Amino acid sequence: MAVGNYIRERFFPHIWCPGCGHGIVLNGLLRAIENMGLKKNDIVMVSGIGCSSRIAGYLDFHTLHTIHGRALAFAVGVKMSRPELTLLVPMGDGDALSIGGNHFIHACRRNIDMTAIVMNNRIYGMTGGQYSPLSGYGTMATTAPYTNIDQEFDIVNMATAAGATFVARATAYHVLQMAEVLEAAIRHKGFSVVEVMSPCPTYFGRKNKEGSVVDMLEKLKTTTTPLGSKAKQENPSLIERGVFVKKEMPEYCAEYQKIIERAMKGK
Amino acid sequence: MAKPRLKQHLINRDWCKGCGICVHFCPRKVLELDDQDKVVAVRPQDCICCKLCELRCPDLAIEVQTEQD
Repeated sequence: MAVGNYIRERFFPHIWCPGCGHGIVLNGLLRAIENMGLKKNDIVMVSGIGCSSRIAGYLDFHTLHTIHGRALAFAVGVKMSRPELTLLVPMGDGDALSIGGNHFIHACRRNIDMTAIVMNNRIYGMTGGQYSPLSGYGTMATTAPYTNIDQEFDIVNMATAAGATFVARATAYHVLQMAEVLEAAIRHKGFSVVEVMSPCPTYFGRKNKEGSVVDMLEKLKTTTTPLGSKAKQENPSLIERGVFVKKEMPEYCAEYQKIIERAMKGK
Repeated sequence: MAKPRLKQHLINRDWCKGCGICVHFCPRKVLELDDQDKVVAVRPQDCICCKLCELRCPDLAIEVQTEQD
């Protein structure tokens, strides 16, 4: 396999369930990295805890598997000491926005050059299907047997409001677009957030009677639309995918280097 | 660019978990699951080498090799 060079084959087959969207994210990410021709020694992947965060174990980069919700904090540390490296931070929806919500918004605000990939399966899969801040009103979960009454976050709006300079949404179904968006996010100089809608057939799908993973992927096809499409005007309930924000702002490591230089001059 | 010609479908049976994504989304219905729920290419002559099976496989278990590769 062309992408075989980037994976740790000894850990395959991976731990994810049959049809897990996270596997498709892994696949799309590998295509993006292969297309960019990045050297694996120049990439650092930092992950937290959860199904999604297991991705770091399967990729043959420099990888850190850290504590729940704090992947971004560790990643900021790595980036500050070695700004020339490419930082990838895959997180789950709960990891990024519940346990790590504070780290998430402040990393967005700082505009440090790294790519946060939020693999949004709308549930805590690893611990048995508890609802997450992305499950949304009216969904079922192990901890919401009479439906969930919490409203969900919108990752794109939240990252935009917090100041991220690249914000995008992709889905596991649209894998070619996902690879393109991930590549653009990695190339962007600044803090990039990519939400990837990733089906969890084992917990979210089963609890919410969404059928097999094939049905869930078909649903991603029919309930999403490219950003700015006519279909969205006719049917506002469609979820838009594409690049929502791309802007230039001073990057944190570059600004910090200026501080060092200023301090060395003594004023 | 010349139309890609199929060499073979390289299927890793140890990695395939039989989720059926490749079978369902193949535009030419080239693939099927066998009695052990592993993917097999039953109609390789119909393959148009779009590689959508390879791209969507969550298990990195299928690769479409073309003569050009």
